[in-house]
Amino acid sequence: MTTLTRAKNEGALAGAAGAFARSRELGVLLAFLLLLIVTVSQNPLFLFGPDGPRDLLLSPAILVILATGQAIVLITRNIDLSVGSVLGLSAWLTGRLFIDFPGIPVLLVVLAGVCFGALLGMVNGLLVAIAKAPALVVTLGTLYAYRGINVAWSHSSMINATQLPHDFLAFGIGTVFGIPSLAIVAVVVLLAAAWYLKNKRGGREFYAIGSDPEAARLYGLNVTRRLLIAFAASGALAGLSGVLFTARYGTIDSQAGSGLELSAVAAAVIGGVAIFGGSGSVWGAGIGALLLVSINRALPLLGIPDFWQQAVVGVLILGAIVLDRILSLRQAHRFTSIRESSHD
Amino acid sequence: MTETDTLVAPVTRESRKYAAYGSPLWQRVLLTREFAVIIAVIIVAIVACSSIPKFATPLTLSYLLLDLTPVLLIALPMTLILISGEIDLSVASTVGISNVVLGFLYAGGVPIELAMVICLAVGLFVGALNGFLVTVVGLPSLAVTIGTLALFRGIAVGILGTTSITTFPAFYKSLANANFPRTGIPLVMVLVAALVIVFALLLHFTPFGRGIFATGRAREVARFSGVRVKRTKFILFLLSGLLASLAGIYYTFRYGSSRGDNAVGLELTVIAAVLLGGVSIFGGRGALHGVIAGVVLIGLLQSALRFSNVTSDVINIVTGALLMASVVAPTVFAWLKSRLFSRFFPSPHATRKVRLQ
Amino acid sequence: MVMSTASMRAEAGDVVLELRGVSKSFGPVQALRDGELVLRAGSIHALMGENGAGKSTIVKIIAGLYQRDSGEFVLGGETVHFRSTADSKQSGIAVIYQEPTLFPDLSVTENIFMGRHLLKSFGRIDRAAMRGHVRRLFQRLGVDIDPDRPAEGLSIADQQIIEIAKAISLEARILIMDEPTAALSEVEASRLFAVARSLRDEGRAILFISHRFDEVYDLCDTITVMRDGAYISTDRIEATTVAGIVRKMVGRDVDSLYPKQTVPIGDVVLKVEKLTSTGQFHDISFEVRAGEIVGLAGLVGAGRSEVARAIFGIDSYESGTVTLEGRVVPRLNTVAAMQLGIALVPEDRRQQGIVLPFGLARNSTLAIKSSLARFGFITNRSENRSAADWLARLSVKANALDTSTATLSGGNQQKVVLAKWLATNPTLLIVDEPTRGIDVGTKADVHALLSKLAGEGLAIIMISSELPEVLGMADRILVMREGHMTADIPRSEATAETVMFSATHERRSAV
Repeated sequence: MTTLTRAKNEGALAGAAGAFARSRELGVLLAFLLLLIVTVSQNPLFLFGPDGPRDLLLSPAILVILATGQAIVLITRNIDLSVGSVLGLSAWLTGRLFIDFPGIPVLLVVLAGVCFGALLGMVNGLLVAIAKAPALVVTLGTLYAYRGINVAWSHSSMINATQLPHDFLAFGIGTVFGIPSLAIVAVVVLLAAAWYLKNKRGGREFYAIGSDPEAARLYGLNVTRRLLIAFAASGALAGLSGVLFTARYGTIDSQAGSGLELSAVAAAVIGGVAIFGGSGSVWGAGIGALLLVSINRALPLLGIPDFWQQAVVGVLILGAIVLDRILSLRQAHRFTSIRESSHD
Repeated sequence: MTETDTLVAPVTRESRKYAAYGSPLWQRVLLTREFAVIIAVIIVAIVACSSIPKFATPLTLSYLLLDLTPVLLIALPMTLILISGEIDLSVASTVGISNVVLGFLYAGGVPIELAMVICLAVGLFVGALNGFLVTVVGLPSLAVTIGTLALFRGIAVGILGTTSITTFPAFYKSLANANFPRTGIPLVMVLVAALVIVFALLLHFTPFGRGIFATGRAREVARFSGVRVKRTKFILFLLSGLLASLAGIYYTFRYGSSRGDNAVGLELTVIAAVLLGGVSIFGGRGALHGVIAGVVLIGLLQSALRFSNVTSDVINIVTGALLMASVVAPTVFAWLKSRLFSRFFPSPHATRKVRLQ
Repeated sequence: MVMSTASMRAEAGDVVLELRGVSKSFGPVQALRDGELVLRAGSIHALMGENGAGKSTIVKIIAGLYQRDSGEFVLGGETVHFRSTADSKQSGIAVIYQEPTLFPDLSVTENIFMGRHLLKSFGRIDRAAMRGHVRRLFQRLGVDIDPDRPAEGLSIADQQIIEIAKAISLEARILIMDEPTAALSEVEASRLFAVARSLRDEGRAILFISHRFDEVYDLCDTITVMRDGAYISTDRIEATTVAGIVRKMVGRDVDSLYPKQTVPIGDVVLKVEKLTSTGQFHDISFEVRAGEIVGLAGLVGAGRSEVARAIFGIDSYESGTVTLEGRVVPRLNTVAAMQLGIALVPEDRRQQGIVLPFGLARNSTLAIKSSLARFGFITNRSENRSAADWLARLSVKANALDTSTATLSGGNQQKVVLAKWLATNPTLLIVDEPTRGIDVGTKADVHALLSKLAGEGLAIIMISSELPEVLGMADRILVMREGHMTADIPRSEATAETVMFSATHERRSAV
């Protein structure tokens, strides 16, 4: 046996593989920078206009938060398609709270939105983790149902900026030291989620469950509880997004956030989160969201009508999963040939 | 091995006979998920006809069937795809592309018949794209069709932008909406019935159909038994694209409009109907008569609710709830059963990974 | 990481685990009728029995995967009821399964510490400490695996090592190894034994499940034998002989088990030349003649099933040719292989052989569905007719043709798979572990059937990990080791020693 040399080879390779996995986020970031350079060369106002830097950071903030929640659920080998509807309900709740309870503290509203979202996410989690129904179908169902509740609740009316407190709206578009406050919230959420996934047992167990659910049970991990937490987290972040959505846009109807679930999944997948779980990071999802939103904003400046946006989203999703597949095949091939050479 | 008797001799100790079926015919027909859905359709129909004024008219039936047609057309291949263990979320976007391409070409002066043929070709092409990515590249169909859902819809929106096309030949528009004289049955039902028969035969009475079931329930067994798993799935995605584009053509004439956002979200209704009809999301189980009952049930509920002036949002809630009920019900049922007979079933922790010796 | 171990440290010789009269059924199948087992601290205890004897069921009950139906389970003096694997882990029991269960996406270190990561301040995971711990573990085990590499792509042997490292790091009082050496080379196995001995000397109790007598006699001090789901005996190892143990395991004389008759050997049916698939097997050449049963022996993971799959067109290969009766069998084309007359009864019955919830008729006609069709259409009636015929020939025990195969016993399931493939009227039958996990009676039926089929001129390749089965049934034994063919032994020269030697040593002429 040539155990020693084999192990060394594999060690070096694992290092390289690990480096590449880390560089997946870097790759998306580079794509983003490239986009920035190309767009700026066509239209410098994109970055150097009066609102350039602000818009660049403000626009993706909500999607970054949604994508973070989506990434957590995807890592556990599940999916949450209801986030757009949860966002809508939470946004409507935010508006109603301000109207029905004048003078209500903003912080309390934020808390209410987050808790409400977590509750809605928990419904998904219960159905998936305890009733053992597939997440895809459950969250498709709640996508429908939550949106229906939203329409029924709002009676197809709207909430306008005039009905909302001024300081709340100011927060939505305000800046701190020139950085949009929403972007700061998004970065804080991203940091917290990334820290948890990397440094806490619970976070690592998400990866384990997504990597092999059966093995996770054999290990004695509490899979049910973890899945509940993952869905509650995704719901809570969608709830938070709902509050921020209200603050940012001021106008809400029953369709707020509809279709955003697709963008959230797209952002996560583009950022390297595997749709069948076990790998990826919230960083990737966040940068994916940044890239996605920026591409959509850049298209008109590059002379492409903005109704091609969705097609670009589709191309990015397909490109990302095809790329992942090719890379994983190549890696598997390399592992095989290394084992092979150790035998001969 | 023609010498049957010599083979048997050392092995068999007694000659065995087998009944063809373990339970009587009525049980096999009546005690099924499919039949439960059919009963539900009948109950809803009776309740609706008796409690909603003016519901029981040929006109209602006509509108019901006309509205059902696109869902039913897409549900046929969707049933096969789900049974084979895959999913196609891009069907509504394919309807959208077909709808837009038809309008775009016709408005651009292409003869309507040629435009229709091109639409079907486009449907085949998008089906082939899905099939290629799933079977050749080896990607999960869920991820692929989420991607193509966005891509195809994006192309549909991109082609027409914010404009819409509303002029189409009167002949085809009336053909799509016409009924058989003095009945509430639309002419298009002939096409639907023919396709239902074709798909029923394909799924339940051909070796190809047997392969679909085996593939969905146990992919490895299917491979080891000479089922061409990849080819089967590729064909199913082709069929899905084809039927979705056909539904798109119908949709265009039925509503006389071609817009980028037509039929958005239709995939949800289709999947809800198919799952409600007893097809397993995990593959390997389902029957076409259940699916048809599922489609009718959803259509009937929507139509009845609309008649009672219930707004579309409640219909959404009902659809969503039905969808969840259809996947949770089997689990709950199995759970109850295992509570009752827990002694006879292995614990849920018994895993596939660690095989019994 | 510290369990309740310290307080419950047992003296060598103390009983740490005791099972009495434990039973477990799955539906109609009783997997364990009367399980008994007594483990003592500082002892390595062998558990032996044929496949299906109930060893795995006992292991899974101890591991908390299954809950016993009745009987007593006493651990450290207290009766316990484990509801999950977490419970048994908590009680200081570690199980190393035959098939390692690792998380492919996660690093080796994380695999070892999943669920009980070492922590530092603020409940943060202490990666450095875990890595150091793993390094020390690997040093002790004498392996050099990078703790940071992902588990994906590790060889089975390395995965096994990681399972063992995991168990050791658990500070388990009781260590259960379910055929840990099945896929290991001799060097790797002897390293494992050294570790096992040192663990024993630390006062732990080890349960060692193996089919290999040399290992059992080398390592263990006590031996418990099981048969057909029931306890047979427990003895000190010195008081036993191999022949005696085998008699207890089998329950009758061994010689009568494998009745391959001598029949005239015909022309070459299958010819495999220089078949190579990177990472699986190399330069495999052999022939099989009509009426001949060729045994394919070797350790698990030696590449035997892979060769069978390649011949049958399930997997591709890079170079080489397969010809059947002079006609080339195309690569990666199962349908063509079937049409040419090859049938493969696969290794994993439940994953590859039958569609479990489907009925008998559907299962036994799946491979001939196309030929049953008339004008392209197939009906239940035609399926039932063919199925009833073949199932009766193999005397499958069932009432109706739509009975779900999931309700059948392992032996009957295997007969359904055999019926399914014999219905294709093959000229070459490949059977991969044909008697794994089936009862003794059915096993004899299967052997009689194979012998009979060979007598009728069928060419048969039999892959089996049960040495007595290969020795008894095969006219000729091919041995594979790590993807290479290392021996071609005629029946007259085949003994357990010659076959095992080739399975674990490189051929002298090989590079």
